[in-house]
Amino acid sequence: MTTTQETAPAPEREEIITGCDAVAQALRLLDVDVLAGYPIRPYDSVMTAVSKMIANGQMDAEFIVAESEHSQFEIGKHASLVGARAFIGSSGVGWMYGMEALVVTASLRLPVVALVGNRALDDPGAFGVEHNDAMMVRDTGWLLYWVESAQEALDTTLIAYRVAEDKRVMLPCALSMDGAFLTHSQHMVRVPGEDTVGEFVPPYDLGDRRFHPDNPVSIAPQFNEDWVMEARRQADAGMRRARAVITEATADFHRIFGRGPADPFVDTYRMEDAEYALIGMGTVGMVGKVAVDRMRAAGKKVGFVRVKWFRPFPQPELRALLRGVKGVGVVDRDYSFGSNSYGGVLYTEIAAALYPEARRPVLVPFIAGLGGREVSVDNLLQMEETVERATADGVADLTCQWIGVRGPDEDPRDEAATAEGGAR
Amino acid sequence: MSDETSVGAVDVTYRGIFQKNLAGVITKELVKAARREDKVGGTVQRYGDSPERNGIPAKQFAVIADDMDSLRVEMTKYEPENVVVVCVMDDTLTKGVESWAWYGVRPINLNLAPGGTLLVISRRSPEELLHWIPRRTYDWNLAILPGEPSFGGLWVYNDDGTDYRTMGAVARVTGGLVSLDSLIAEAGSGKDGDLRAAQLREGYESVTMHPVGAGVGAEDTYVPVEMPGWTQMREGLVVPAVEVGKNNTLFMKYTTRTTRPLVKFDACVKCQICYTVCPDECFIPTPEGHYDINYQHCCGCGICAQSCPVSGCIEMVDETVFESNEPLHSVFESDPAAYEELRAEKVAQAGGANPHYGIY
Repeated sequence: MTTTQETAPAPEREEIITGCDAVAQALRLLDVDVLAGYPIRPYDSVMTAVSKMIANGQMDAEFIVAESEHSQFEIGKHASLVGARAFIGSSGVGWMYGMEALVVTASLRLPVVALVGNRALDDPGAFGVEHNDAMMVRDTGWLLYWVESAQEALDTTLIAYRVAEDKRVMLPCALSMDGAFLTHSQHMVRVPGEDTVGEFVPPYDLGDRRFHPDNPVSIAPQFNEDWVMEARRQADAGMRRARAVITEATADFHRIFGRGPADPFVDTYRMEDAEYALIGMGTVGMVGKVAVDRMRAAGKKVGFVRVKWFRPFPQPELRALLRGVKGVGVVDRDYSFGSNSYGGVLYTEIAAALYPEARRPVLVPFIAGLGGREVSVDNLLQMEETVERATADGVADLTCQWIGVRGPDEDPRDEAATAEGGAR
Repeated sequence: MSDETSVGAVDVTYRGIFQKNLAGVITKELVKAARREDKVGGTVQRYGDSPERNGIPAKQFAVIADDMDSLRVEMTKYEPENVVVVCVMDDTLTKGVESWAWYGVRPINLNLAPGGTLLVISRRSPEELLHWIPRRTYDWNLAILPGEPSFGGLWVYNDDGTDYRTMGAVARVTGGLVSLDSLIAEAGSGKDGDLRAAQLREGYESVTMHPVGAGVGAEDTYVPVEMPGWTQMREGLVVPAVEVGKNNTLFMKYTTRTTRPLVKFDACVKCQICYTVCPDECFIPTPEGHYDINYQHCCGCGICAQSCPVSGCIEMVDETVFESNEPLHSVFESDPAAYEELRAEKVAQAGGANPHYGIY
């Protein structure tokens, strides 16, 4: 004879888990319907975590391991199209391989959520973090977020579904997480109780767009020049509305879970009276705060700003935060060879955001931590000194400096070649 | 070219793939000849027509101007304006053109400038052609270059002189957009110059001109498709599906057809193969088990005729002998003998069934 056991919903508890595990916990709480995967380090820890939970009966979902990232992302897209809450993910060139499927997910306005375990693009076949992989979708209609901690990974996964699935937005969302430093390190994480998440994220409802025999529609027919621009404008409108939806969701997060970030878009540290600031994304924020504390202890007025939502880009916040600041260093864990001042993507975006300001700070681009190289407190202290010097010298246009790279700032052979008047 | 404007376009409307090379030669040679007159020019493929499909109406334009600015403006348009002549490379196109870039069937002379010329390669009389060509609100000219449509393939240049005869006719009907002398000089710079010159002269001399007054011609039923704004379109690239048993009213496909399937209903064994294989779902089951044909949506691909197991049951017959797209089974239902008489008459009028259907 069997008996039905009534179990109370599990209450909130603290666990020591990795960033990937934290995302998996969020997926369980969200009752995600379809997960598609294809293994690649470092994102694939989330596959392992989810598989375990399904095997243990803690989670009820279709978990489809595809034969490639392209198929994986297409599975997620189609699952979302028939009304299933879907999750995908990858790292590095795996993310790139499925790019076509990622682009169409955004243009079909399907609120798939993805984890990008940031990894250097091949070649060489490195496993360490670089932000270029996730950056590749920045112009395509994907909401894009960089987390700093496992707790933020869990919380933001909940927020990501809430925002992406909002009728006003309906865009996919990629959560970026530094490979190794967050995907494979365990943090203390408050895992919410099962009864709270349903209130925060309502059931997924695609409405009259749901692909179903009872709702005969054609999706994405061949369009010519008469229609494409209107479709792009619709996605643009979704992205413009996302700011208000993110603000609303973050406020609701506070109300339901009793905690959460002060500002939805940027994480600021000791910026109140700052004369100098460093800006970065992801786990650089952790050392950034330590560096700021040390500089403050030495009497310097320095603060740190961590950009969280990259799309939509926090233009109003950055303008307001940097209005009184004299000098700013931007730490890019990515590259954009040949771009403005040879800086990274974040630098270029911040420079553009500040352009209309009447008084702009001196802005110095740095590239650091590529391919998983550690970014140390000392690295950040060095950057801050460079910013201070450039500000004092009134050098408003400093070419990007690579921090933590072996060898000199400039290649001495370039000078020799110039002197010889020919290519070497 | 009129006095007010220093730019004119030649629109070559042709059957996709079958006449692609033909249109390419005509437009390019017109521009090269114009260069001999110190004019500037270029050609524009109607991009939405590409990649082409067999027989689907498509366009290529030659733009000829006196100055670079006039040319630059027209070269950044999908369809250059001030079309002084439309070359119709197959007279069945006078029934209307529906490219897959457009929505709805457009009149063949929709973009013809007032006073311009529709140049049709045909064996038909002006009256017969005007039976299909919609009226305009302004005066225009119908020119007829006697001949058969010249069909080749994507990699096949059907060297039957149609291209050069057409160019010769263009020189005549435009009154000097490009002169016959320039065309002959340009052709003379290549091989077979004498042959080309003869073909150019033949076209120049054999084309006949027929002024058409405003309001003369078939009823113009063309209504441009309404384009919704971005806030009116459904999001997520969603469009309502066409209901089962119905067809898309905004993409009918019949203007692709040069031959149509004609069914000998009393030979039909009701095997359903035509119904199954038709890619456009044009076969309509009748209560007695025959399959009527929706000619609005039939593109004349001929797969039904190829697949029919009964010899002579479905035959592909030249499109120009038919007046309307009405299904024909009702004629058979009311009088099978009269239907068979009509069918045989149409096949005879077309000079027999077309043996070269389907595969090109």
